[in-house]
Amino acid sequence: MSGSDSIRMEKLSYSVGGRKILEDFDFCLDRGVNRTILGVSGAGKTTILKLLLGLLPPQSGRVCIGDVCITGQPESIFSEQRKRIAIVFQGGALFDSMTVGENVGYRLFEEGRLSEGEIEGIVREKLSFVGVEEALNLYPAELSGGMKKRVAIARALAANPDFIFFDEPTTGLDPIGVYNICNLMQRLQAEGKTTLMVTHDLATAFATSERFTFLHQARMIFEGTEAEMRASTIPEVQQFLQPTKESLFV
Amino acid sequence: MNIAVIDKIMLNFFAELQGWFALAATTFARVFRRPYYYREFAVQFDKLGFSSLFICMLTGLFTGMVMALQALVQLKPFAATSYVGGMVAVTMIKELGPVLASLMVAGRVGSAITAELGTMVVTEQVDAMRVEGTDIVKRLVAPRLKAMLLALPLLTAAADAVSLLGGYIMASGYGINPTMYLKGIPQFMVFQDLIEGLVKPTFFGFLIAMTGCYVGLNTRGGAEGVGNSAKQAVVVSSVLILMFDFFLTKIFVVFRG
Repeated sequence: MSGSDSIRMEKLSYSVGGRKILEDFDFCLDRGVNRTILGVSGAGKTTILKLLLGLLPPQSGRVCIGDVCITGQPESIFSEQRKRIAIVFQGGALFDSMTVGENVGYRLFEEGRLSEGEIEGIVREKLSFVGVEEALNLYPAELSGGMKKRVAIARALAANPDFIFFDEPTTGLDPIGVYNICNLMQRLQAEGKTTLMVTHDLATAFATSERFTFLHQARMIFEGTEAEMRASTIPEVQQFLQPTKESLFV
Repeated sequence: MNIAVIDKIMLNFFAELQGWFALAATTFARVFRRPYYYREFAVQFDKLGFSSLFICMLTGLFTGMVMALQALVQLKPFAATSYVGGMVAVTMIKELGPVLASLMVAGRVGSAITAELGTMVVTEQVDAMRVEGTDIVKRLVAPRLKAMLLALPLLTAAADAVSLLGGYIMASGYGINPTMYLKGIPQFMVFQDLIEGLVKPTFFGFLIAMTGCYVGLNTRGGAEGVGNSAKQAVVVSSVLILMFDFFLTKIFVVFRG
């Protein structure tokens, strides 16, 4: 795998208010290898996504998208590299003041390379892909939680990225909603998109990823496949996979 | 209070000040660069300008009336009530018009800017825009600043005009005729006063917009954080308006000689 086909974190440390979130953290997302980051709440999973996107500046270490190191660079320099990545935020992060159609076509409108007709065609195609074409002219406030997530996926797809990050995509959804999101992720992977997800939801993680990273106390304590994870003797990993009554109250 | 606490407070203060100036400098550098977001500018001008027109005019009307009333009471023993128009004009156009209109806009619009941007931050909409390749300063800050720089002087001019009308209504109740009222105005005012009356709200508009945007974009901590930010923006903007009113007046006085 060449460097241009991966997103990497090298020796990265990040802390907030003196609390270490990540310490000497190495991570690599290779194109074509779908990955999930697991860990308890507050372990720093979402922070990893934001650091990989250059939304947060690390205290030390660096982040590289392809061959370009983005750490310490102004956004205008690495925005082209970042266009290879899209993210589906936990709450969808749809723009309140815009309709669903405007949300999905946002990046295309901003780039200004396509005509309005072409953009509308793409928007309809993406909304149809996620199954919410009827919501084209609705505002985010008029959508259910599941619809918001699907519209957020459509927005992520609109610019045809290589990598798609998912931040807790199934949180707060009913089982049918979870199934739909899983199904969408699998269809995206079948189309050649590489996904990186952070979640607590083991069923979704095992259904959509080949490799898993487990975070504990600012460090990566496990990296491997599902089988390796289940066979792992690391107590924190086992506790996460099979929480006992005792572990719930620790 | 020990020295460490004072040290921390000072560090935080200077960090905030640095952040404010950095945002202001970045906005100035990008405000004339493409894309201009005309639609966003029009939306903001409507929100910041037209929506505040009524409240600014109401403030101007009653302040003009009360200024005239006070002037009439004070001038009557000296048989100088014919100067009431001039006194209302000079007080309103040079001082109270710009300050009161700006305070009204800071309370109404400054808080709204902060709450809107703060909500966008805590719901990750700002992060989403950045990932989509948008320059946040050009998209969110510059249109608000431009709208405010255009709207606030116009609102102040409207408030000034209505305050003169309010003063006239009051004066006419005391038997001052319109000609006498209007003749008093140029006796007290020169053209430079009008310029000062428009430069001040332009500068205050800059303070309100930049403070609202800066505090909004640095909001942390969910709904409570948004509430705190809105409150902070109004307080800081209002204090800055009153402080800089003094400094600007001092500068005008010095230049006038």
